[in-house]
Amino acid sequence: MAPTEAPSKSATTAPPALISWSGSAHARHLRTVRVMWQRELIRLSRSPVGLLMSLLTPLMFLMVLGTGLNSAMRTAGNDADFRSYFLPGMLLMVVQAPAVNTGVSIVWDRQAGFLREMLVAPVRRSALITGICLGGATAATAYGALVLGIAGVLGITYDPLLFAPVLMELLVTTLALTTLGALAAVSIKRIETFQAVVGISMMPLLFLSGALFPVSGLPGWLNGAVLANPLTYAVDAMRRTLSDAGTGGGPHWWGWQPPVAVEMAFVGALALVVLAAAARRFSRID
Amino acid sequence: MNGNGGAGTAVLARGLGKSYGAVPAVRDLDLTVSSGEIFGFLGPNGAGKSTSIGMLSTLLRPTAGRAEVAGHDIRHEPDEVRRRIGLVFQETTLDVDLTAGQNLRFHADLYGLPRREGRDRALTMLELMGLAERHSDPVRTFSGGMRRRLEIARGLMHTPRVLFLDEPTTGLDPQTRAVIWELLHQLREEQGITVFLTTHHLEEAEHCDRIAIIDDGHLVAEGTPATLKAVVGADLVVLRTGDDDTAVRTIRERFGLEAIAEPRGIGLRVSDAAGFVPLLCAELTIPVHSVTVTPPTLDDVFLHYTGRTIREIDDGGPQTKG
Repeated sequence: MAPTEAPSKSATTAPPALISWSGSAHARHLRTVRVMWQRELIRLSRSPVGLLMSLLTPLMFLMVLGTGLNSAMRTAGNDADFRSYFLPGMLLMVVQAPAVNTGVSIVWDRQAGFLREMLVAPVRRSALITGICLGGATAATAYGALVLGIAGVLGITYDPLLFAPVLMELLVTTLALTTLGALAAVSIKRIETFQAVVGISMMPLLFLSGALFPVSGLPGWLNGAVLANPLTYAVDAMRRTLSDAGTGGGPHWWGWQPPVAVEMAFVGALALVVLAAAARRFSRID
Repeated sequence: MNGNGGAGTAVLARGLGKSYGAVPAVRDLDLTVSSGEIFGFLGPNGAGKSTSIGMLSTLLRPTAGRAEVAGHDIRHEPDEVRRRIGLVFQETTLDVDLTAGQNLRFHADLYGLPRREGRDRALTMLELMGLAERHSDPVRTFSGGMRRRLEIARGLMHTPRVLFLDEPTTGLDPQTRAVIWELLHQLREEQGITVFLTTHHLEEAEHCDRIAIIDDGHLVAEGTPATLKAVVGADLVVLRTGDDDTAVRTIRERFGLEAIAEPRGIGLRVSDAAGFVPLLCAELTIPVHSVTVTPPTLDDVFLHYTGRTIREIDDGGPQTKG
């Protein structure tokens, strides 16, 4: 294809030249990913009020519930700062909404018609959905970074050097959540059904992750669910990164406690598998 | 059928069909649209128009037959087809939270236009569609007609060879419709773009170089509006008289023609109305209040081929989207 400029007007005999692809196929896919990633971030910046509102609930949890439980535990003769224990769980609660919102945005784009504009473009649909998921994960991690910063200001102590590794863990975790939302979004066409599915599945994911209370207190028959829950590993990895306290409470595989790197690799692998499934479903033409 | 569809062929379909399970939506569609043509796809809602456009634009997978658009096979080279076609859908596909310029930029990015070229092209297209001064306004603030024009501008960003428009003027006021049609004609004149559109407005089909009538999933007629009307052939004469019964009887006795009751009087079809009306008036002894002569319309053509008027179909019962 000749890299000619397309004149806006020309004689009927010479229609405007087709605008050339710029770059290799590989570069084009990357550009598609970047465009979609950007759009997700633009979506985030569009509603700063919504962003602040969504931070309120978890912060209130941390301040009111965390502090309250803290003093309750002190009375019970427990010395650990419950707020520090609670921090990873609260980070999860914060990033959960924006991560899942990416799925909502796919469903909404379909409803509003905008999805067709993407579907008919000469791009790989797997590149589209990868960009969307990366964008959603980035946006959600940004929320998490904000809360982590606020928590530090509020006196929940953690080593500032740990900020970067925790964000990396958040990024992997939000990617897993985003791809799950995206898979649901491309598989479920009705917006009501999608919302119901997401709403129902999020609660147990959180409750069975050890984010709010140690899972060792749960009945044994729930153990399988806890071990299958990706959030279990995400919470434990973050908790172990943030403090040395309570490292024994995390998930064990046949008596062996996987190190943080393995836990995160597990979550990351799950994200990739789910992303592949979502891309496959998204690429299917009716 | 040759491999690349020929230089002068924009859309070529042979035996194209789409079924959902056992239910056929489109059956055995044969189409040939030349480059630079304005081609109208005419039919009631649910006839299979949108399904056909969906297949030609690679959004739906055909279950039978084959098609080439802009010289490329829709099934085997979908990306090559996609970069050569522009699409304007029935329902809006703009991001209403973005500005006009941002919507175009997103499109330019998706279609791999170099940044600078994308910017220039966006300005040119907005200028062409009369939206230049609204470049930085959110689409949310646009009227229906402006949105449609913006969608056409966006569909033209990547210099497509074929522009598909699904019901481009539905829901627009007559004035805006006229503007859109003017634009489509201008595009064809100046850029030689092939325009393929669907409509269920018969008046609109008159704007097309050629039309195809689709009903119940298959093609029933194809040709220029004039040719199709010539098939029906006869002018419609409608009389308002002081005594319709006598008039009907007189017409039967003197001319051997069967007049039928019309909402506005009595109507009959004759091949040469101009010569017939004076004779008729001379024969009728009863008072004649008015005589109107209507040349055949596409509605008559539709009636001729399908046995129904397009309005009867559109008015009746629940419909699925065509």
